[in-house]
Order: sequence, then C-alpha cells, then structure tokens
Amino acid sequence: MATTTFRTCPDTGLKFFNSTENLLKANAVAAVVFLLVGGLHGLLVGMTRWQAVHLLGAEDFYMVLTAHGLNVLIFWIIFFEIAVLYFASSVLLGCRLATPKWAWAGFALMVIGAVMNNVVVLQGNASVMMTSYAPMEAPPLFYLSLILFAVGALIGCFVFFGTLVVAKNDKTYEGSVPLVTFGAITAAIIAVFTIVSGAIILIPTLLWSLGLVGEIDALAYRLIWWAFGHSSQQINVSAHVAVWYAIAAILFGAKPLSEKVSRTAFLMYILFLQIASAHHLLVDPGVSSNFKMFNTSYAMYLAVMASMVHGLTVPGSIEAAQRARGHSAGLFTWLRKAPWGNPTFSGMFISLVGFGFLGGITGVVMGAEQINLLVHNTLYVPGHFHATVVVGTTLAFMALTYWLVPVLFRREIVMKGLAKWQPYLFGLGMSGVSLFLMGAGTLGVPRRHWDIGFAATGGITHDFPAAAYTMLALNGLSVIVAVIGGAAFCVIIVGSLLFGRKLGDQKMSEQWIADPVTDEEYSANGGSAFAIPGTVVLAMVFFVSFALYYFINWKYLAETWGIS
Amino acid sequence: MSDQDQADSGEVPMMQKLLDNPFLLLFLGVASPALLYLVWGLAEIFTIPVR
Repeated sequence: MATTTFRTCPDTGLKFFNSTENLLKANAVAAVVFLLVGGLHGLLVGMTRWQAVHLLGAEDFYMVLTAHGLNVLIFWIIFFEIAVLYFASSVLLGCRLATPKWAWAGFALMVIGAVMNNVVVLQGNASVMMTSYAPMEAPPLFYLSLILFAVGALIGCFVFFGTLVVAKNDKTYEGSVPLVTFGAITAAIIAVFTIVSGAIILIPTLLWSLGLVGEIDALAYRLIWWAFGHSSQQINVSAHVAVWYAIAAILFGAKPLSEKVSRTAFLMYILFLQIASAHHLLVDPGVSSNFKMFNTSYAMYLAVMASMVHGLTVPGSIEAAQRARGHSAGLFTWLRKAPWGNPTFSGMFISLVGFGFLGGITGVVMGAEQINLLVHNTLYVPGHFHATVVVGTTLAFMALTYWLVPVLFRREIVMKGLAKWQPYLFGLGMSGVSLFLMGAGTLGVPRRHWDIGFAATGGITHDFPAAAYTMLALNGLSVIVAVIGGAAFCVIIVGSLLFGRKLGDQKMSEQWIADPVTDEEYSANGGSAFAIPGTVVLAMVFFVSFALYYFINWKYLAETWGIS
Repeated sequence: MSDQDQADSGEVPMMQKLLDNPFLLLFLGVASPALLYLVWGLAEIFTIPVR
C-alpha cells in the first residue's frame, strides 16, 4: 500500500502529500529544462529572421525552428500544466494523489518522448516543423516520440480526475471545488480532447512513415492535427487563467467577483474554445464557409466572451480586495499600490494585459474569415501566439513559480533584485517579438520562409518594403531582450533550488499568502465587492482598442480588394 | 423555481449539478468539439467529389 504521509507548509497551511510533492517537483524541473532548451533555439530563430544577421543556413533554420516549437509550445508548457493539475487537485483539495505509480509512469513516458523527440530532430532528418504536415515525412521515431509524450500527458490527466474522486470520497472539501481547481478541470478536459485528437492523427502517420499505410490525406491531416496543435494552446489558456485567479487569491486574499459567472465562463471554454482550431483552415478549399464561420466566429465568440469575463473579473477581484483593504482613493490607487516589485504579481499582471490586448484582439481578427486573408500564414500568426502562449501563459507560469519555489521546495529565492526585473524584461521582450512579427506579417512576410530575400530559390524574387526588414531587425532585438529575461528566470529558479537558503519547517519572515478578505472588509467604507470603477475603465479602453483595430483591418481589406 | 426557492428547499440547481460533475463536463468537452469540428469537418472533406 502506498504511503500517504504529508507535510503542512508552515507559510501557507497547504498539505503536501509526499507522492504529490515529488511529482510536482519532477514535472516543474522538467518544464524549466525544456523551456531553457526551447528558448535557446528561439534565440537562433530570431537571429536568423533578422536579415542583417541571418545566422543559420536554411537546413539548420528549419531544424532549429522545429525544435523551438516543440520544446516551448509542447514540452515546457505541458510538463508545467501537469504540475498545475496535481497542485490544483491534491494540494488545493488536501488529499492524496490517485495512483502515484501511474503518475510516475506518465512522467517517465513524457520525459522519454521529449528527449527522443529532441534527439530525432537534432539529427537533422525531421525538420518538418511542429505542424509536420503530411505528405512531408519525418522518421517514425519523430511521431513515436510525440505519441509517447501524449500518452504520458493523458495518464497525468486521468490521475488528476482520479484525485478529484479521491477528494470527494474522502470528503476533504465541502460543496463545490475551489475556482482554481475548476479552472484546472477545464484545462484537463481540453487536454483529453487534444491528446485523443493527436493520437487519431499521429498513429496513422506513424504507420505511414513505417510504410504500413499507403497515404495520408493532406487536408484530413491538417484538420485533425489542428485539433491537437491548436487545442494544446487552449489547455494553456485555461491553465493560465486558473493561475491568474490563484495569484489574485494568494497575494490579495481576493474572492472572485462572482463564482457563478467565472465558472460559467470556464464552461464556455469547455464547450467552445477548442473549435478555434478551424481558423487554421480558413483558406482550405475542402471545408465549407458554414464550417469555417460557425467554428471560428459564431460559436467561438462565446469562448472569446468567456476570456473577456476572466479579463474583467481577475483584475476586478484584485481591485475589490485592494479597495476593501483601504486603497480606495480615485480610480487607480488600488493598482498603483499593488506589489509591482513582486515578480509573482508583475508577471501575472503583464500576462493578463499582454494576453488580452495583444493576443486576444489579434486572435479575433485572425479568426474572422474575411480579414484573415490579409495575414493568413504570414508572420502575423507567430506574432499572435507569442502574445498568447509566451506573454500570456509562460509569464503566468513563471509568476507562479516564484511563489511555488519557497512553498514546494522550501528554498528561498536567490537574486531577488534580478527577480524583481525579470518579468518586465521578459514581458517587454516578448511583447516586442509579438508586435514586430505581427507588423512584418501585416506587410505580407511569410511565416515559414527562411529568407525573405528569397536567396537560393532559383530566381524567385519578391521585394518586400524596407519596413519589413526593419520589423525583423526590431524582432531580433526584442528576442535578445526576451532571451535575457528567460535566461534570468532559469538562472534564478535553478540557483534557488541549488543554492537558496533552506527554509525547512521555519516560517518565512514575510507573509506568503494573504488572509482572505472578509465580508466585513468588503462592505466597510460603504463599498461593495462590485464597485470596481478602475477595472471598468480599463475594460472600456480594451473595448475601444478592440473595435478600432477590428475596423482598421476591414479598412485594409477594402483597400486590398477594391470595389468598382 | 427561483434560485432562492431552490436554496430554501435544499435542492441543488441543475446548472450547479452540471458544474460539480467533472465527468459530465469531460463528456461535453470532448463531444462538443468532436462533433462541431472533427466530425463535421471530416464529413465535408470525405464527401468532396473525386471528379
């Protein structure tokens, strides 16, 4: 029988069962390792896209781009998400983890898959990029490595669902699960759909690469692959929104403005977020406009609305808590008095703003069938997802890590001065990457071409405007800033794990989790939890930006297609 | 029946029951995109006339 000993964190009062704690550590460390590997490949990609530097040759570029995409979009993110699932179930619900042996088996499969994938890609015969569109073929081990990783992650999801059952049976909570756990449930549900879709397409592709299947239909491949490739990024969205709610509660003692509204928004994610995959098919002739418009607009907008709900309620709950604790003057005193020197807060808030303003607005623009034609398959696409996945998800995960290291590893964070600046460096650099890639994409620069000067293409020429070259140079500079920020994160976290002062059972000098704001505090000063004028003003700024940008793109489209 | 009436009678509202059931949510979260995206999309692709 498995041992079920646990320790209670002296700073947070959270219960860490030994099996959960070890799995959390293993997944978190693996995540940071793959972030480092993927980030370094990202530096090489950025330095090659910068035409004046143009670091890598064509073959190396596509190999490095493949490695970059898989390490940061899949391996780093999913290892961390598995850690989030175990934290949101076993730790937040205060119960043992279901079947830790299966959880370790899942972890082992994920490590084997991720390492195997890196080896296969770096051998140079699998430069098919993350999308690996058939009939472009990679060695069988490439597909096998992804399948192994996906099976491991699927096991992790089922361990999470099993842990929910354990908690319910052991009655470790009353009523509904906490909102953060509900967000993790949303992420796990999307993960199951994602991974099953991956299996549906990667298993036959593996058989095809082994010569056992004659042909893979290119369009069917694209359709099913994107149910895997895009939905995997929707796991991120659900997970990082859950992290936002967690950080609001941890740092401010904030209660959600309305549990019902926030949970309903997560339900909208469960039902509709994954169908956004269709926006990758908006120029594919094999699927109808009905399919495209329903999936990328009508139904998808319910998920967009859910994101806007979260984007309003997370800062709104922080504002309500800050006002309840006395920062009630004017519109933005609550925000000015927030702990901007604490990387957990600054990382979370930059993630929230970047995800909404850069990632969210551009995602809706790209998702509209007509204006998508302006930027389809251009650098605008990576520009968009660097805002959602990197500024949004990665920065939120980094922010949580600063809080988790002392709680989970019982080590003090080292280099606190650098840690204070790290989210700003990373957020600024990545926002630059996002903006300048989108700028280049708007000028028509293709997403996947090694050289926009079209060298060595046998006479193909196209003159992009000089501004496109400037955009790529500015992107290169932004990549350098972002990589410095990312490297600083890895150095701080690895340094803290190895050399940080051991905390043991000793309580930290500073309070590590805020006391929940009480109903009396909320109603003091004659206020109410719903009095969030500052957040409403920010939301209005968002809506105006959204509407302006949306209509500017229709204007561009009108100029592209003159009507006589 | 209003939320207040349901609360008074101790009955859990249907929406609450749905949100508290992770396995029902799992079914919906897999079935919904499977039908709207995968099945619909594949049906269109595989009914494209060959000539």
